[in-house]
Amino acid sequence: MTKNWHLYEVFIRSKNGLAHKHAGSVHAQDAETAVLSARDLYTRRGEASSLWIMKSADIIASDPGEVGELFDPADDKIYRHPTFYTVPDGVKNM
Amino acid sequence: MYSTDLRTDKEKKSADQQVLPTSSQNDAKLWDAFQKRIDKGDVIEAKDAMPEKYRATLLRQISQHAHSEIVGQLPEGNWVTRAPTLKRKLILLAKIQDEAGHGLYLYSAAETLGRSRDDMVADLLSGKAKYSTIFNYPAPCWADIGTIGWLVDGAAIVNQIPLCRCSYGPYARAMVRVCKEESFHQRQGYEIVTTLAQGTPEQKAMAQDSLNRFWWPSLMMFGPSDSASTHSSQNMKWKIKRHSNDVLRQRFIDATVPQAEILGLTIPDADLKWNEKRGSYDFGDIDWTEFWAVIKDGGLCGKDRIRARRAAAKDGVWVRAAAEAYVQKQSAKEQAA
Repeated sequence: MTKNWHLYEVFIRSKNGLAHKHAGSVHAQDAETAVLSARDLYTRRGEASSLWIMKSADIIASDPGEVGELFDPADDKIYRHPTFYTVPDGVKNM
Repeated sequence: MYSTDLRTDKEKKSADQQVLPTSSQNDAKLWDAFQKRIDKGDVIEAKDAMPEKYRATLLRQISQHAHSEIVGQLPEGNWVTRAPTLKRKLILLAKIQDEAGHGLYLYSAAETLGRSRDDMVADLLSGKAKYSTIFNYPAPCWADIGTIGWLVDGAAIVNQIPLCRCSYGPYARAMVRVCKEESFHQRQGYEIVTTLAQGTPEQKAMAQDSLNRFWWPSLMMFGPSDSASTHSSQNMKWKIKRHSNDVLRQRFIDATVPQAEILGLTIPDADLKWNEKRGSYDFGDIDWTEFWAVIKDGGLCGKDRIRARRAAAKDGVWVRAAAEAYVQKQSAKEQAA
């Protein structure tokens, strides 16, 4: 018997109209049993209308060590936010 | 508590002396930057840089917490076939399934710190890993199932609510999920005790006897007073822990005493008294020699618990082998097609 079954990440859509959200992970041999395990583990109280399952190894993530390089450049572009602009008094609903 | 540091002083010391292999351990800059992040309320996520000690502490705590949930199923599992009504049996099954779920959420969270689940389970089966002392007490009568839900899950809630704001994201998120489910556990337990307390004199006596046996072990779940513990203050600094063991224990006592009074049950503590000035209950001394003895030799049920977990692992071998064989067969079929 092999050790360390595949790790699958579980995403739950709590109801239609909302996005899937990460819930946790399960170990399984294949996708089919991963869905069943995720159902048993993460949706015992009607938490889901849909499940997404993917192998954890297939996730491509940004490097937490590069947070600065990746995301700081947005900080000095405050003109991308509506609050950067002043509007004359009396202008409503803009 | 499930997450209380159950190591003896000797074990703590030897862990501290262990030279950790990573260079980051000595990287003062990383430590400083890390502490700054914590101080500012940042949540640490799985792949973030972290001091090796922070990782090791969390791994120990979360895996111990997971083991406690798993072993916690055993005293209750014993009562599934003996539950007094079908309703109680269904509720008990649902609760036990939740405990398994809690264990799995927590193993998942611990795995994000870089240890495999198989390794953690192996530590439990070998007796190397610890779990909450409370599950080494026997549950010989039905009232105990009520008391366990009321007191043990009640104590767990007091301990776990602050953990929802723990600095380590995956642990905190698992705790949010656990806490949501735990309040059902406490209420169903209290309902069992209420039914007994309002029943025949024999039933009420059964509830009282159960409270007598579980009261002190429940208080011990919070762990020894930690005012002098350096480990505890480090964990506070890292926001792994938010309140001292004593603060949480007091909170539990203050919440629970009135619940017992309403049922006409007596807390087995002659020194228990409302302290007007503190706005809290004063209570008697806890017998910590019993606590350390249970940690050391497993108390009345420790051997049984581990034996049951080993048997479960062994009995499940063919199920896992079948799952593996099925997948291999399917992929062979696909390749042939």
